[in-house]
Amino acid sequence: MSFAIALAGNPNSGKTTLFNTLTGARQHVGNYPGVTVEKKQGTCTSDAGVFNVVDLPGTYSLTAYSLEEVVARDYLVNESPSIIVNIVDASNLERNLYLSVQFMEMGVPVCVALNMMDVAQKRGIRIDIEKLSQLLNVPVVPTVARSGEGKKELLETIAATIVSNTDKEVAPLKISYGMDIDGALDEMEAIILSDSFLTQNYPARWTALKYLENDQQIIDMGKSANAHVAQTLSKIVNKVTRHLEATLDTHPEGMIADQRYGFINSLLKQNVVTYAYDRNRLEQSDKIDKIVTNRFVGPVIMVAILMGLYHFTFTYGAIPMEWLEAFFGWLGSVADGVLPDGYLKSLVISGIIDGVGGVMGFVPLIMFMFLGISFLEDSGYLARMAFMLDRVFRIFGLHGSSVMAFIVSGGIAGGCAVPGVMATRTLKSPNERLATLLTVPFMNCGAKLPVFALLVAAFFSEYKALVMLGITLISWVGALLVARLLRSTLIRGEATPFVMELPPYRLPTLKGLMIHTWERTSAYVKKAGTVILGISILLWAMMTFPELGSHQKDLFESKRAAFTEEMTASAVEDIMTQDSDVLSPKALALKQALVQIDQEEAQAGLKNSVAGRLGVALEGITRYAGFDWRTNIALVGGFAAKEVVVSTLGTAYSLGEVDPEETGSLSDRLRTAKGWGPLTAFSLIIFTIFYAPCFVTVVCIAKEAGSWKWAAFSVIFNTTLAFGLSVAVYQVGSLIMS
Amino acid sequence: MATIKLREMQVNQTGVIVSVKGSGELGRRIREMGLVPGKQIKIQGRAPLYDPVSLRIMGFTLTLRNNEADNIQVEVN
Repeated sequence: MSFAIALAGNPNSGKTTLFNTLTGARQHVGNYPGVTVEKKQGTCTSDAGVFNVVDLPGTYSLTAYSLEEVVARDYLVNESPSIIVNIVDASNLERNLYLSVQFMEMGVPVCVALNMMDVAQKRGIRIDIEKLSQLLNVPVVPTVARSGEGKKELLETIAATIVSNTDKEVAPLKISYGMDIDGALDEMEAIILSDSFLTQNYPARWTALKYLENDQQIIDMGKSANAHVAQTLSKIVNKVTRHLEATLDTHPEGMIADQRYGFINSLLKQNVVTYAYDRNRLEQSDKIDKIVTNRFVGPVIMVAILMGLYHFTFTYGAIPMEWLEAFFGWLGSVADGVLPDGYLKSLVISGIIDGVGGVMGFVPLIMFMFLGISFLEDSGYLARMAFMLDRVFRIFGLHGSSVMAFIVSGGIAGGCAVPGVMATRTLKSPNERLATLLTVPFMNCGAKLPVFALLVAAFFSEYKALVMLGITLISWVGALLVARLLRSTLIRGEATPFVMELPPYRLPTLKGLMIHTWERTSAYVKKAGTVILGISILLWAMMTFPELGSHQKDLFESKRAAFTEEMTASAVEDIMTQDSDVLSPKALALKQALVQIDQEEAQAGLKNSVAGRLGVALEGITRYAGFDWRTNIALVGGFAAKEVVVSTLGTAYSLGEVDPEETGSLSDRLRTAKGWGPLTAFSLIIFTIFYAPCFVTVVCIAKEAGSWKWAAFSVIFNTTLAFGLSVAVYQVGSLIMS
Repeated sequence: MATIKLREMQVNQTGVIVSVKGSGELGRRIREMGLVPGKQIKIQGRAPLYDPVSLRIMGFTLTLRNNEADNIQVEVN
């Protein structure tokens, strides 16, 4: 037997930790159908059979205001899981029960996992579990998800509850909302029942309640189901609303919330919960906040933490990065020795190994970065950043919560704009959301990092951390200014509420960090493994074909012959394969001349190829920003995925390379390449920050913004902006330097 | 005893919520987090730029902007 189990609860209640504890590594992440809210699923086995566990989005309520709440609600109605495991934070019982009560009002089977019992105990909160269970009329199991305590009991209780619920409807919880509303509810319930209005899916009283709460989803559904009944119900709602406004200066929605909390309060007062200390006394976490969010110390700590993250990533992430680089270098030399000269060799070395190796080499970097971000997220510090930064974000027409989307996109370098654009879903206002999702691609995503890392290593290696911090600041300033511009031109409108919980600081669990890091890194690897490989090969073909005409080939051949006519082929071979320092000056000169010719030929070949022609054609404009045709090819490739900029540069330069003994890192090659210098590198960095997002992001923008118009806008606007800035940097820089 | 707006409260000051204005999304968001009449609150601190404000309610910490706090009347000592 297998059963569908839904995990539901407030954000920060330990829901994800419990999900990880229950399912371990047997989980996968997808999307809910039709929307891009993340859906996590996994399985776990118990004595009763297999449980298919779904981790519903964390919410505080079940209204129709946010996509998460609608998704959770729809799941419960459409998929009717065998049971909802409602994770309730024992140290925060009252507010958590606000959601529990709403599940019970829906008449769905509930089992409460009373989590964080250890924290509650430490705070002197004592809960009479038996009494709570009795009053709520649902099973309650104490758990500590972090340590796995109570897992066995929880699974047993779930199984037992499912068994006892078979062939039995769960009666919806009935709360008294005061005389006026109760009267209206009774009247509406009778009408709903007699007309079977939406009763297939929802309990009658619940529908009535949602009408009173002015729930847009249910009202719309009602209108299309039976317009006549819908109108009658709306009339009753209007009558109560007018009455409440006149007599109590309130409205049904407010009244219902007040009474719901009243119900919970009166329930808890029956000796269910006792407090040893004042409930609002300062906990350890609040004492930390006194310092961490302090006016003067807070911002300093924030910058220090960001710097620390950079150092952590670049110092430790660089070690395995070197191993991978060495491995792919070795693979290239093996392929060079084994394969015969020709297209296949060129494809394998220049297309596949260089392309994929260049990208995979940065996996450790991304892993370390995500490990750090997950730590900040799970510890609760990211919420403090939103708190401290909201005043600033608001200036630019955004929301403190926009910080999450910016961070995920790479606000602390190393994210990805794809989940970042998706993270904007938590933003309620369409205006702030649109402004955020159009500007988050300016952040330094994990795919841009390799580009920056390459250029920084080549030209600014002495100031690595400082330059990387500078890059981050530039992208932030740019994104915020563009957001302000958009919010006062194309996307005008009111600001949305910033009512947010500051969760207590918690030491993240190692397991949670590992799963988090693995999820994000594997998503990057999958992308690198498939899309990037395909693009590498496509670009290789673009850079190889069409070949030079036979006339040009002959020209290079005759040049070579001019140097070697008096020598045998084997003598030439000897000179070319021997180390330069053992050759006689004359032989060395010859070798250099031949290498020179080979390079010229390869370069001519590349220039003649499809990509080369495109790059050359664009060079006329891009030279104002300091980019030659090679960089142009790389940037065009970067539209497919930003990391392709690196692999393309790698391919482009290794095609121009002849002596396999001199395959230093790409950084070394750029440092010595013609036309390259700190100014060109900086101009390219600026362009990379701001130009068109990769096509995956563009598709996401179209989806999230609900229109291809915005997707097209982001491609054209961003590229124009990037080019303008790069030209400004290069031209002003050139003036100053001359 | 005096009734003032939440915005006007000082850090570390405590009070009891008397009334909550606001409907629609803001009203809903304020109420679902427990800011309803009868609840005791304590101002915990303010962000570096004095806005938003953070407060303790029902044993947890909540933040909201000053202009949102204007919807809430609090009785203080």
